[in-house]
Amino acid sequence: MTPALELDQVRKVYPGPPAVESLRGVCLHVMPGEMVAIVGPSGSGKSTLLHLAAGLDRPTSGTVRIGGQDVGRLPDRAASGLRAHRVGVVFQQFFLLEDQSAVDNVAAGLLYRGVPAARRRAAATEALAWVGLDHRLDHKPRQLSGGERQRVAIARALTGRPAVIFADEPTGNLDQSSSAEIVALLRDLNRTVPATIVVITHDRDVAAAAQRRIELRDGRVRTP
Amino acid sequence: MNDTRSRLRAADLARAAVGGLRFRRTRTLLCALGIAIGIAALVSVLGITTSSQSALLAEIDQLGTGLLTVTNGQSFSGGEAELPGYATAMIRRIHGVEQVAPTAILGQALAYRTGKVPPADTGGLAVRAADSSLLASLRGTIRQGTFLNAATDRLPVTVLGYRAAQALGVSDLAPPVPPRVLIGGQWFAVAGILNQMPLAPEIDRSALVGFPVAARLLGYDGHPSRIYVQTAVAATTAVASLIGPSAAPEDPSTVAVSQPSAVLTARLAVVSSSTQLFLGLGAVVLLVGGIGIANVMIVAVLERRSEIGLRRALGATRRHIAVQFVAEAAVLSALGGVAGVLAGLAVTAGLARARHWDMLVPGYAPWGGVGCAVLIGCAAGFYPAIRASRLAPADALRTT
Repeated sequence: MTPALELDQVRKVYPGPPAVESLRGVCLHVMPGEMVAIVGPSGSGKSTLLHLAAGLDRPTSGTVRIGGQDVGRLPDRAASGLRAHRVGVVFQQFFLLEDQSAVDNVAAGLLYRGVPAARRRAAATEALAWVGLDHRLDHKPRQLSGGERQRVAIARALTGRPAVIFADEPTGNLDQSSSAEIVALLRDLNRTVPATIVVITHDRDVAAAAQRRIELRDGRVRTP
Repeated sequence: MNDTRSRLRAADLARAAVGGLRFRRTRTLLCALGIAIGIAALVSVLGITTSSQSALLAEIDQLGTGLLTVTNGQSFSGGEAELPGYATAMIRRIHGVEQVAPTAILGQALAYRTGKVPPADTGGLAVRAADSSLLASLRGTIRQGTFLNAATDRLPVTVLGYRAAQALGVSDLAPPVPPRVLIGGQWFAVAGILNQMPLAPEIDRSALVGFPVAARLLGYDGHPSRIYVQTAVAATTAVASLIGPSAAPEDPSTVAVSQPSAVLTARLAVVSSSTQLFLGLGAVVLLVGGIGIANVMIVAVLERRSEIGLRRALGATRRHIAVQFVAEAAVLSALGGVAGVLAGLAVTAGLARARHWDMLVPGYAPWGGVGCAVLIGCAAGFYPAIRASRLAPADALRTT
């Protein structure tokens, strides 16, 4: 079976001065349907890893494959197409469009697939039901709690049924109760949809919910 | 393999462009205002000049350009010098002359409302001898009463020019008792009041009497001092060149021939040249508005890095981001353009109404105004759009 995500000897060096080597030959793979937590202290390269894995940045060397496709060698248009169709991202800061309702924010997940508005909204309504927000369709982000906003962001990442959903500290801006809800939701989506989820976290509860933990330290995967 | 191209529908692009502006309404309005003022200036300049030119052309058309005025320079006292007594008859013989109307200023006679007015208080009015041909030659019209005719030429009867009637306080000729004015110590009944004569303002400030009565009571010696000549339009120049030798064969150079409509034609040229100036000023305002849009869009790119990052994460290509920003600038300037066109039309309509002109706006002005605004908006949005599209997604997301 082709891995949903595969990193092979991935290095990322930010040019200086001084140059910073954020990732130093990372190798990992995530199989379809898995939920994997990437943990590590601040500065260990977790966010860099997520940006590379989600096709938001290019590695200095090495290979990043999503569904078998080498993201690092794709031109901008093809990489953008891959992000539109194969990748969903959940951010710590939610990044919702403040002038749009919850359903329109979720529908934006399909915006760059060229799906007509009515079909996008139908899919968004379904995705909001998955995350338990079908009663908040027309609410603007400012009318939602932090936990609800993150649910909207998760629904947006989920709505196109991408090959992999990346979540960058999804509970980082939430209180304990909301964090627990998000953790339960991610685990539930992983089992029921089923969604392949790669979550970067400091949160032990989030990490505990994953089937597998990968620990990063100083830009390298730490083997147990 | 499945199609994984990134696509953005035109309707979604339009929605994104409008949505981005709706979310920042005050800034959008202020920014559009710059463009609106520029476009309003251009449209109103075009509208006002076209309307005023049209009014001038209508006036010239109505008054005609075939009128010539013949004088013999000035006398020592500054008044009109006399022309030879045969001048009128000689001019009438020139080919192309349609009508000739002689007038003679009666320098010794002054017009007063009553005998109690101090003699020095002349009101700047003149007394002129004329005949019934004057009205037709000048294409003038009567405001009240009647003009001089063969019957009244011999009687102490006068017709007042528009300003003269105002100066003498004569406004109503209703019977039974017609008003009278004192001319050269004699009472003259006022038979009529003229409307304004744009091509002969000296008639506006005159009291006109018939030649026979002028000779009998006011010292007219048979020499005209100013002759109005109505010519066929095509023959005006030729007639003008023949008037001097005809009116004063012994010294043609003393005869001055002028074309009063040349003043109106000159005004038309002035309006045309000032149009260029004001259009230039409008273009400068428009340029400043465009720079304002560029400035605001650059600020927007800095402020909306996270949105740009999000859209890139959702699958937008660089081109999608660039097109969205250009579309926002185009919508913004189109709003300004439409508002500017409406404001320009309103200003033109207001001024045309106040000046009693027909409101005329060139057909290309409204569409050209909006099109010009959109072009400027696209140009102004281009550089910020390129900057936005060059933001790396990871960098854009990292900055917040």
